[in-house]
Amino acid sequence: MSARATLRQAEPVRYSRIWSIAGERGSETVTNDDIAGPIDSSDEWIRQRTGIVTRRRATGDVDVLDLAEAAARKALDTAGLTGADVDAVILSTITYFHQTPSGAAILAERIGATPAAAYDISAACAGYAYGIGQADALVRSGAARHVLVIGAEKLSDVIDPTDRSISFLLGDGAGAAVVGPSDTPGIGPTVWGSDGAKAQAIRQTHSLAELANDPSLGMPTLRQDGPSVFKWASFQMAPIAAKAMAEAGVEPDDIQVFVPHQANMRIIDQMVKQLRLPETVVVGRDIVDTGNTSAASIPLATERLLAEGAARPGDLALQIGFGAGLVYAAQVVVLP
Amino acid sequence: MAYTSQEILEGLAEIVAEETGLPTDAVAPEKSFTDDLDIDSLSMMTIVTHAEDKFDVRIPDDDVKNLTTVGDAVTYIEGAQA
Repeated sequence: MSARATLRQAEPVRYSRIWSIAGERGSETVTNDDIAGPIDSSDEWIRQRTGIVTRRRATGDVDVLDLAEAAARKALDTAGLTGADVDAVILSTITYFHQTPSGAAILAERIGATPAAAYDISAACAGYAYGIGQADALVRSGAARHVLVIGAEKLSDVIDPTDRSISFLLGDGAGAAVVGPSDTPGIGPTVWGSDGAKAQAIRQTHSLAELANDPSLGMPTLRQDGPSVFKWASFQMAPIAAKAMAEAGVEPDDIQVFVPHQANMRIIDQMVKQLRLPETVVVGRDIVDTGNTSAASIPLATERLLAEGAARPGDLALQIGFGAGLVYAAQVVVLP
Repeated sequence: MAYTSQEILEGLAEIVAEETGLPTDAVAPEKSFTDDLDIDSLSMMTIVTHAEDKFDVRIPDDDVKNLTTVGDAVTYIEGAQA
């Protein structure tokens, strides 16, 4: 009997970094007055409660993959790459309404990335940070050289205008990042997790199977237990963000930028307070005029800070996503 | 060591004052959190979290809506102490 052959495994790469970040927002600006009527609310109440002044929403002829494609193309351009350079496409979305095939496979084809590996992930508002964690692992393991991570949502497809719990927060958009190899450390360890015991805190009104049995239900829309989610996000997620800094070997004083998921300004403010970040830290507050765009919110807020010059390439940014699941992920990254 | 109801009231008043900017003596047992102290449901959760830490008790989210007045909260915390 001949000796068994020895496998060769992929050669690991020492470091990874984010090469580029780009975004695409829905083209329409929706004011608080536009949506206050059906929820018996007011511009003042929505601002005080959420910090949102306007939110961006896409028109009816634009779907979530259109938003994702626009962001992905910009991210590739900025990185100086084409679709042919991409080895893996990870799309995080909750508003692509096919169980199969994945949106990522179609997106990969649209941007000329075929035959890149492509798959969707379901991590709601933590999806971008989950995706960056996976891309970092894929690049450093040698499984992929360039990974495109996209968080894209057309949340206006899952809102109920009469819902007072979450619909009025939501906007449409996509953010994309290219992750690739690096000569220096560019993505700190991802601190991530889930808590399915709180699965009902942010939820759909009903499943698609229930809709099939009772078409009168209509498409499911989102609901949340706002105060409970506020408490969880504000006080249990700050320690997760702190852990991401500790695992990356940095202190709050070393951070230049903080980009939490743009869920609600009150959560952002409370997290900043809990983390005791220095006043010099630039905080992403894109929610004011973009609204809550779930998986797209962190890259949209980040690309805006970079575009406006409030954040600079090379800055250390602490980012944390958290949302339905409940799920969460945080890491410290070097901005491109 | 269990806190007395007076100690809980005083501690709670400090927490509410910190969150709202109200003077501590405005936080009296008969005051309604929403109607008298103008505390919304998100600020209430912040107050509850700080009270849990300060008095080493757990106040489940579902119970918070039953805490209408400051006195309700004092009574709840007093009963929830180990």
